[in-house]
Amino acid sequence: MAEETVTADIAADGRSDGSGRSDAAVVRDALGVGVAVGLSGFAFGVTSAGGGLTVLQTCALSLLVFTGASQFALVGALAGGGNPFTAAAGAFFLGVRNAFYGLRLSQLLALPRAVRPFAAQWVIDETTAVALAQSTRRGVRIGFTVTGLSLYVLWNLTTLLGALGAEAIGDTDVWGLDAAGPAVFLALLAPMVRTALERVVACLAVVLGLGLLPVLPAGVPVLVAALSAPVALWADGRRRARTESVGGRDAVEEKR
Amino acid sequence: MNVWIAIGATAVGCYAVKLIGLLIPAGVLERPLVQRLAALVPVALLAALTAQQTFADGRLLVLDAKAAGLAAAGVALLLRAPFLVVVAVAVLVTAGVRAMTG
Repeated sequence: MAEETVTADIAADGRSDGSGRSDAAVVRDALGVGVAVGLSGFAFGVTSAGGGLTVLQTCALSLLVFTGASQFALVGALAGGGNPFTAAAGAFFLGVRNAFYGLRLSQLLALPRAVRPFAAQWVIDETTAVALAQSTRRGVRIGFTVTGLSLYVLWNLTTLLGALGAEAIGDTDVWGLDAAGPAVFLALLAPMVRTALERVVACLAVVLGLGLLPVLPAGVPVLVAALSAPVALWADGRRRARTESVGGRDAVEEKR
Repeated sequence: MNVWIAIGATAVGCYAVKLIGLLIPAGVLERPLVQRLAALVPVALLAALTAQQTFADGRLLVLDAKAAGLAAAGVALLLRAPFLVVVAVAVLVTAGVRAMTG
């Protein structure tokens, strides 16, 4: 799910707005995100059931995993014939970013330790985006709770409807619904690819992901493609070290 | 059964990373290298997944109607269309191309 575009919009709003927004304004923002993204659970339900999972399995994923990119990745990998552990590994690595969201949220929400296990399931792109855009602790808590609740309820409802719909229409490919999964990934990816380094990582990952597909077991090429991130970081670090050691003139050039 | 194993493993793993973020003290994940890696890994995964789900049929590489659908989605993204519109465009164009080419 995860509208990074929504993220950007909200972040911009929050900054321009200053402090002390009314509770109603926070709830409005939170519901806007919750409803818009919650509805895309429909695309997940259709993709999952179209990929061969049962309605029960599809709903279990939305209820228990509740982080869209990981869910799409898992059903894609299973539909592609991957074994359960490589499929789960790809989904897991996509979910790791939520740990970093939790880190930021934990300071802002200041929840009692006993409440944290319950709040954890809602630590995702959208709730983080809305919460971080608020300027008071009260606003952060309202934003997080309203976004989390509305998104969780709607995402699961639309997942069920999508899965039932896909079962009803039979061959989802005829309706082009097999394009929904990759389109979701593309929409999530687009706002993340801004710098040259990010573009290099994306291109390298595409080459590895497609190039290794015919030669490695299903699900493994995606995991190998993930290595393009540390490799590119390492190469970038070396390049920087080299330009810095060449001397001041190049460093100045670099900065321009 | 395999599907349920995958669902269980993913649910446990994804919940664990969410909870870890809320529980560990600040500072452990704040190192710049860790942060940059955390931002770049999703880029790599999403790029590879987009490419595979567009151009792969099982372990074969194919060029079919989905490629046209994804290209249309790309245009919609460049025009800053909302998320749901981007997905709908991809689905509609794929279905249209498939209907025309039979």
